[in-house]
Amino acid sequence: MQKKFRILLAKPGLDGHDRGIKVVASALRDAGMEVIYTGLRQTPEMIVAASIQEDVDAIGLSILSGAHMTLFPAVLDLLKRKGAGRILVFGGGIIPEKDIEELEAMGVGKLYTPGASTREIIDYLKKTIPGRRKEEKVF
Amino acid sequence: MKRNPKSSLSVEGKPLAAGEGDLGSEVIEEKNRNFKQAHRQWEESFKGTGRKEKRKFTTVSMEEVKPLYTPLDSGEVERIGPKYVDKLGFPGQYPYTRGVHPTMYRGRIWTMRQFSGFATPRETNQRYHYLLKQGQTGLSVAFDLPTLMGYDSDHPRSKGEVGKCGVAVDSLKDMEIIFDGICLDRISTSMTINAPSSILLAMYVVVGEKQGVASEKLTGTLQNDILKEYIAQKEWIYPPEPSMRLITDIMEFCAEHVPKWNTISISGYHIREAGATAAQELAFTLADGFAYVEAGIKAGMEVDTFAPRLSYFFNAHLDLFEEIAKYRAARRIWARHMRERYKAKKEASWLLRFHTQTAGCSMTAQQPENNIVRTAFEALAGVLGGTQSLHTNSMDETLALPSEKAVTIALRSQQIISHEIGAANTIDPLAGSYYLEALTDRLEGQAERYFEEIDKRGGVLRCIEQGYFQREIADSAYRYQREIEKKERIIVGVNDYVIEGEEVEIPLLEIDERVEREQCQALKEVRQSRDNDKVKRTLAELKKAVRGNDNHMPVLLECVRSYATEGEIVEVLKSVFGEYTEPPIF
Repeated sequence: MQKKFRILLAKPGLDGHDRGIKVVASALRDAGMEVIYTGLRQTPEMIVAASIQEDVDAIGLSILSGAHMTLFPAVLDLLKRKGAGRILVFGGGIIPEKDIEELEAMGVGKLYTPGASTREIIDYLKKTIPGRRKEEKVF
Repeated sequence: MKRNPKSSLSVEGKPLAAGEGDLGSEVIEEKNRNFKQAHRQWEESFKGTGRKEKRKFTTVSMEEVKPLYTPLDSGEVERIGPKYVDKLGFPGQYPYTRGVHPTMYRGRIWTMRQFSGFATPRETNQRYHYLLKQGQTGLSVAFDLPTLMGYDSDHPRSKGEVGKCGVAVDSLKDMEIIFDGICLDRISTSMTINAPSSILLAMYVVVGEKQGVASEKLTGTLQNDILKEYIAQKEWIYPPEPSMRLITDIMEFCAEHVPKWNTISISGYHIREAGATAAQELAFTLADGFAYVEAGIKAGMEVDTFAPRLSYFFNAHLDLFEEIAKYRAARRIWARHMRERYKAKKEASWLLRFHTQTAGCSMTAQQPENNIVRTAFEALAGVLGGTQSLHTNSMDETLALPSEKAVTIALRSQQIISHEIGAANTIDPLAGSYYLEALTDRLEGQAERYFEEIDKRGGVLRCIEQGYFQREIADSAYRYQREIEKKERIIVGVNDYVIEGEEVEIPLLEIDERVEREQCQALKEVRQSRDNDKVKRTLAELKKAVRGNDNHMPVLLECVRSYATEGEIVEVLKSVFGEYTEPPIF
């Protein structure tokens, strides 16, 4: 049997809007995934350290404050530097289309905006994570 | 025709509402003396206020509209029982279900107050001048996250956040720029700030001083509602107990020096946005209100010295009738509890005055122009529910901060409601609707049951510590989301009527890196040009004051006058009070 997906969900930066991330946390849990929610006001360093320690498949970041162009790249960079580039980074928030394209080009996974369904997120993780796990075994 | 001017108020020879003549029926005479008496009282107070909007009160077909309609107007005299006066009463009369003022919008239209602030103080100042020129009647300041959380713009934790979701304020200098060319004795200002609220209030008072406006003349509102931060919005700094002490200090200081200032805007808005139902918003918000009243009394204040300056802030969500009922129930509950439970004697202490903002969480990123329609209906709910001031969201807020075009449409929506559609012609126009009255009663009952539960759990602070509110709200949010995903609830453009491959074509406001650089540079200049010894001295005095029981406001004013930064002041307070963290639960 496939090992359960382990997902770390985090609120980086100063933003306290946690309705979305809590809904996603509940939905991923109900879909049979193991969810670690870090809570609010996490620095990129804290998030990366926790995700390595918890050996997660993916990190979901929720940012509604407009600081996404600073915080997503910071988490990506740190993961690479710590040799944990295999961990998928995805997320959501108030993020304009233009910025989504730029972030995806940097290597961030799918980003969701208001109105997204938890079904889409679950399907995306189910589709993406097994592939990344395989890659990990090869290298 | 003889007319007794005392017993029947008239405009252009026509009675304002069902007058003395109509009341002549013996049936009513017997059935309800109270009704007649209350009615007359209302007529007199209506006339007595001397407030009158200049516009005409007629329908689009040019038919006269009376300020108030009662069961007499619909010919339903059987509905005038003692219950009418007890549960509804007349506008400006206990329990204020029909409104807090006898004249409501016939006397003065609500304040159109768009929440606004972004980038640097200079850019925000320009937006304010623009909004005032467009007919906005009050200001409402949005601060950026570093300001809300008590960090200066050059703090490492501020990186990427400066000027993003509001204006950056580090020192008095920034507030001087924000209000440049705006006379503080002629405009009322609402400031959405909570954990560091006393600092921003102090800055505002000093800006007033510098303009030659005495603090006694300042009007406005401080959000200053820390309880809902722990419950929903999560922008706290210190633990709850010392935070409550800062609030009672503000209440005490304002009662003496800024008497026209609303010291707390007890907010349901964020509780609702976090996912609460209407009943939860109503109950948790009023429970917070009661907690502030109890804190004030415990701090040794007489309830009537501070209660009149407490105001409320509610959400206007999508369900038109449920929202209207919520506002009416809120007024009735507050009046009852203030009079009966807290023994307030002044009428002003019983009045629940409130600001309304349309629901950000109801807006969609898909087909964003549809948000104009949603917002207009939500705003209508606020008006039909008797709000004192109103913010309408801009259609693009699920994508970015509002552009000038979008915010203008949002303001125009309020102006259309006030001038064109007749909704503001008569007071509490939906009273007596079977549906609305049943909803009002239902919400009141649900709120009362929540109050019992909260009491049983040891009060609001204990409930916060137990995560009770947070869990209730998260459960409701998840339930709502599941309904949408199962299509039991249709959201246009999201789970039905979707446009495949939709391209959003509205211009968005962008806040670039320049803002952070400019703000950090300005802050550097302030730190270089001020008297740094004086800053150190005043900060040391502040520390002494907060360690003891002295009101911290007078010495805080000194800190602000010396251009101590917000971050420096917050550091001092943190060193005494500590910081709060929340256990992450979902």
